[in-house]
Amino acid sequence: MELSALKTKVYIKEALKDERLRDAVDKATQTAIKKRADKVQQIPYWEELRHKAHAVKRQVMENLDTYLETFEQRCQDNGVVVHWAEDAQEAQQIIRKIARANNVKTVVKSKSLTTEEIHLNKFLIENDIETLETDLGEYIVQLLDEIPSHLTAPALHLTRKDVGRVFHEKLGVYYTEEPTELLTIARQKLREKFLAADMGISGANFAIAESGSVVIVENEANARLTVGLPRVHVAVLGIEKLLPSFRELPVSLKLLPVSATGQKQTVYVNIISSPLRQLTGEGPEQVHVVLLDNGRSKILADPQLRETLFCIRCGACLNACPIYQQVGGHAYGWVYMGPIGITLIPQFLGDMEGRYAPYVSSLCGACYHACPVRINIPHHLLKLRNEIVESGHTMKVEKIGIKMWAFLAKHPRLYRFATWFPGKLQKLHPKPFPAPGYTKERALGTFDSKGFRKRFYEMQKGKKS
Amino acid sequence: MKVALFIPCLSEHLYPESAIAMVNVLQHVGIESEYVENQTCCGQPAFNSGYRKEIIPLAERFIDMFHDKEYVVAPSGSCVTMVRKFYYDLDIRDKLKPALDELAGKIFEFTEFLVDVAKVEDLGGSFPHRVTYHDSCHLNRELGVNEQPRRLIRNIKDIDFVEMEQPDICCGFGGTFSYKFADLSTSMAARKCQYIENSGAEFCIGADSSCLMNIEGYLRKHNMRAKTMHIAELLAKSLRM
Repeated sequence: MELSALKTKVYIKEALKDERLRDAVDKATQTAIKKRADKVQQIPYWEELRHKAHAVKRQVMENLDTYLETFEQRCQDNGVVVHWAEDAQEAQQIIRKIARANNVKTVVKSKSLTTEEIHLNKFLIENDIETLETDLGEYIVQLLDEIPSHLTAPALHLTRKDVGRVFHEKLGVYYTEEPTELLTIARQKLREKFLAADMGISGANFAIAESGSVVIVENEANARLTVGLPRVHVAVLGIEKLLPSFRELPVSLKLLPVSATGQKQTVYVNIISSPLRQLTGEGPEQVHVVLLDNGRSKILADPQLRETLFCIRCGACLNACPIYQQVGGHAYGWVYMGPIGITLIPQFLGDMEGRYAPYVSSLCGACYHACPVRINIPHHLLKLRNEIVESGHTMKVEKIGIKMWAFLAKHPRLYRFATWFPGKLQKLHPKPFPAPGYTKERALGTFDSKGFRKRFYEMQKGKKS
Repeated sequence: MKVALFIPCLSEHLYPESAIAMVNVLQHVGIESEYVENQTCCGQPAFNSGYRKEIIPLAERFIDMFHDKEYVVAPSGSCVTMVRKFYYDLDIRDKLKPALDELAGKIFEFTEFLVDVAKVEDLGGSFPHRVTYHDSCHLNRELGVNEQPRRLIRNIKDIDFVEMEQPDICCGFGGTFSYKFADLSTSMAARKCQYIENSGAEFCIGADSSCLMNIEGYLRKHNMRAKTMHIAELLAKSLRM
């Protein structure tokens, strides 16, 4: 499925008409909100945690070069090979080379948004490497040839009936909508693949500079199998994933599961620090880490917008967003969706392709309040909107209109005349300005014939006399 | 005590009765209002759409006009947010920056001003109807004002105040968002209005005319029962003004 951020308006319209989709997304997000709120309530120092995590991320971003150097050094000390990829193509080529060198025919993958960002599955499959997602949600969307519709719940837009149908059609199994049966089917199919795979590819939730470790949290043990069974492991991570040391990890390990799935803890926390097979006879023979830039260092250069790199991809802003709740993740047209997604779209894809994204928001701020690392998303959207205006990617007529209005607003007499006029006009003809979309389902307010200023002065006069 | 009135565009042209009600309520508690002549728009609609340099002159004249007043009060959380918080994102002249700091410290939304500054929570009025309250987003999340309007409402005698489901979920207005993404905006309004209807309230009270316009427009077009009312009007009506 090829999506485009430029078509977001079309996708939104389609999503709004899709009752089944809206039902699924609404139920899932409402449940997620309740579960999260319930856990947050049990942590009296929740706000302190958010502030702490924000401070850590700020410190990391402001010294990222140093942390990256330390991380690379420690990885090498541990026998882990570090690769630097400036963009998606470079990352793809690095991974292909590793696969070639090790005669890799099959790959199992654990959930990774970063590999979605670089379209890795498509690339590997085109290069005749069988590539299989092993996170249940990812597995389902891969069977459907879709992309994830949520940062942590890739198949959030589907019901269990949908999943039953997909399994029946794509895997040739009997139809069932029983979650445990569906799970058993997926487990059987996946287990064979795990055992046969030559290479495992994962993302990372965090990377520890001080020890050269990659941290992956999960609930299904598929990441553990992805890392542990194949001969070769590749972890692909954005350069923003670093934490200084293990001392900073607990704050994140507390915030992430509560925000993502309303769990106090995930079932598994995997820490990969070295290829273990030589020592223990188990685990991968080789571990590679691909550090991906793909536009991140450019974002880092902006003192305000670098905050958008603090994101730990928990998806709490999606669940909290009254827009995401109505349209789901595919409507945004890119791998990162929802409130954080629309800050990343223009920054990763450019102001031209991303020119609509930051406007898919009423600036209500529910995202900022849900964000475990306190990313002030509405504030960044405002800045990104300004960048889009300044780069000339808005409609000319809007720009001219704004300029004329701003000119009038500087001249109170003219402004009063210009704003008196619609009132009079509306009196003559009750519906002079049907703003087409706005009034389809909503009645329009009526201009007051006098306005406040006049009424106020009349009132003052009345009091005096 | 005297306050300078900051009258947002919607209050000037579409809903002057809410601003008049605000003046009357302030007067009831002994606060005099002054209209600052030649005020126009604070620039928020353009700012929210991404236009910054175009509105710098508007911000500068606003700061110039209001910074030396004792207090500035507006019947809108979002317009106050614009001045108090977002003016700092504009490249205004250095000379005016101290004036902005001064202004940011004394510009208040109406209910915030009544409760936090004038220390008035009980106006002594009565309003024997069932009402619910919609939290407008800027007022609630940017200014942190959500308890003040509720206290003012709860202290009205004979009032039946009920909380609707998710009182703080956005009504879908969002300024230019409401016509740029009209379907989406409408769909959000539909949800809000359903919650209002479910609460059984006769009146949905709010502190921002923009949200109320959006909500009212949807309620009216769909023949729903509830009416909208600005909190200043509610307080004025409770006092038989």
